[in-house]
Amino acid sequence: MNRYRDDPAALRALVREDAVHRDVYLDPDIFRLEMERLWARAWIYVGHASQVPEPGDFITCDIAAEPVLMLRQPDGTIRVLRNRCAHKGAKLLSDRSGHVGRFLRCPYHNWSYRPDGQIAAIPRREGYDGTGLAACEAMRGLGVVRSEDYRGFVFARLAGDGPDLASYFGNSLSSIDYMVDRSPTGEMEVAGGVLRYLHDSNWKQFVENLNDTMHPMAAHDSSAGTAKELWADQPADAPKPMAIEQLVPFAGGYEFFDKMGVRVFPNGHSYSGVHFSIHSAYAAVPEYEAAMQAAYGPERAQDILGTVRHNTVYYPSLTIKGAIQTIRVVRPIAVDRTVIESWSFRLKGAPDLFYQRNVTYTRLINSPMSVVGHDDQQCYRLIQEGLAAGGNEWVSLHRDHHPGEADDLTVNGTSEISMRNQFRAWANLMGAP
Amino acid sequence: MTEAEIASFLYHEARLLDEKRWDEWYDLFAEDGHYWVPLARGQTEAVFHTSLAYEDRLLLRLRIERLRRGPPSQHPPSWSQHVLQAPSIETAGADGWHTRTPFFYAESRGDETQMYAGTARHHLVAEPGGLRIRLKRVDLVNCDAALPSIQLFP
Repeated sequence: MNRYRDDPAALRALVREDAVHRDVYLDPDIFRLEMERLWARAWIYVGHASQVPEPGDFITCDIAAEPVLMLRQPDGTIRVLRNRCAHKGAKLLSDRSGHVGRFLRCPYHNWSYRPDGQIAAIPRREGYDGTGLAACEAMRGLGVVRSEDYRGFVFARLAGDGPDLASYFGNSLSSIDYMVDRSPTGEMEVAGGVLRYLHDSNWKQFVENLNDTMHPMAAHDSSAGTAKELWADQPADAPKPMAIEQLVPFAGGYEFFDKMGVRVFPNGHSYSGVHFSIHSAYAAVPEYEAAMQAAYGPERAQDILGTVRHNTVYYPSLTIKGAIQTIRVVRPIAVDRTVIESWSFRLKGAPDLFYQRNVTYTRLINSPMSVVGHDDQQCYRLIQEGLAAGGNEWVSLHRDHHPGEADDLTVNGTSEISMRNQFRAWANLMGAP
Repeated sequence: MTEAEIASFLYHEARLLDEKRWDEWYDLFAEDGHYWVPLARGQTEAVFHTSLAYEDRLLLRLRIERLRRGPPSQHPPSWSQHVLQAPSIETAGADGWHTRTPFFYAESRGDETQMYAGTARHHLVAEPGGLRIRLKRVDLVNCDAALPSIQLFP
């Protein structure tokens, strides 16, 4: 019994133009429906092509709280398959990454599969002669999940029908272009390990926070504000340690974040840092800039290097920072439990300094030991607990709201438009089948 | 420096953390000292590979000052308890002492307690003021797991 599945009116009533009902964060029935509908109908980030360079290389993960695997095929293409033996349902692969030979084999009864997911062999197959196996679901082998690769980013859509990747993400894909094109050869690869941060809060708390530019002055005063004070006595021309260069801009102030600007797109996507961002003031590297101009021409090179967007949200599963080549991936587990993965990339043909920057940034900001992350996580948890209070069942999203606002525009950076835009997509993707 | 003196220093170091005597703990680090919690088993690279934490004295100072300000995530505050196995000196020579100390670590906050196990590896050097830490490396047995906030110092 799911009290929202069969009650479209109740579901629709959860989202107003400028507020949402607390059940979207608290109700396990809503979480279940989100996985069945929103997360199945959206294009969900699985992994990066550089994680599976050779045929037989795989990674595993849960998307929409369902196990999948991403496998490089003998012909060099990438497939996303359901990580479930067609026989009794055991997960076939349980390592987070690895290599299989010509076949995938279930550890329980040795059913084996070709890389495309078709059944290759079943031990003592004659035992199934004359049974209904040939006509049943099991004979389909491993389910193939529709997937697409955009410049190395592999996304999957569990509900097969519907818009392709390019129509779903639209012009927001430019943020991926701006990240990858920071390599003079237009290539990057995953490097440096993955941080996995367990949040005891709903996945939407995290996704909304990415373009919530009103919180750093409150939540991050203890970290960024302290960093600013620790550096305050230094002469203006003292070389800044990377940690100071990265942490202090979080204390940029309301004016800074407001002028940064935020851009929204249809289907819930958005980015902040339209005009500049907390990454704008990093030290320049002249020889790299020369390599970029040689590769792209002066105009495009200037465009790429001058684009320093803050966070781009590929709703609902991926958030990226193109200017420093890090991404965070949202893996929902339960209504109040979410794992946030943080990955770093190495730009091919770019100086090591850039890679050092993204490794440093992700450690300082995204680690379970991050002094910035601790306060974000605490605030998400406080919402999770505070919303149990009676008397007001609504969460306000009114900041800079204008009735009938569009889902394809740029506004001032401290507007809560990105959250309203996410909930418009939410209501749309959660609608009845 | 005797083995007993080295061990006594390491027990004292853990005690300072559990008693939140952070300034005294900070003073145990050499000028170029680091506190490192790797992300991967056997990790050899701290600058070009992600870690759970890799902090020089500036970042340790930031962490300590922040904790003192009572940030959002320290309401209620965290408390820790280290339980150390007897340290062993792995090597001793001109560059100081390299020690290995298996441990259990509990970090408690409100009604919740997290438990960790691992091995601390110290590189200690003799300075005029006494022993100092050049590197404290903390290898958690579950370093690559999805982890909740770890707010103090395993």
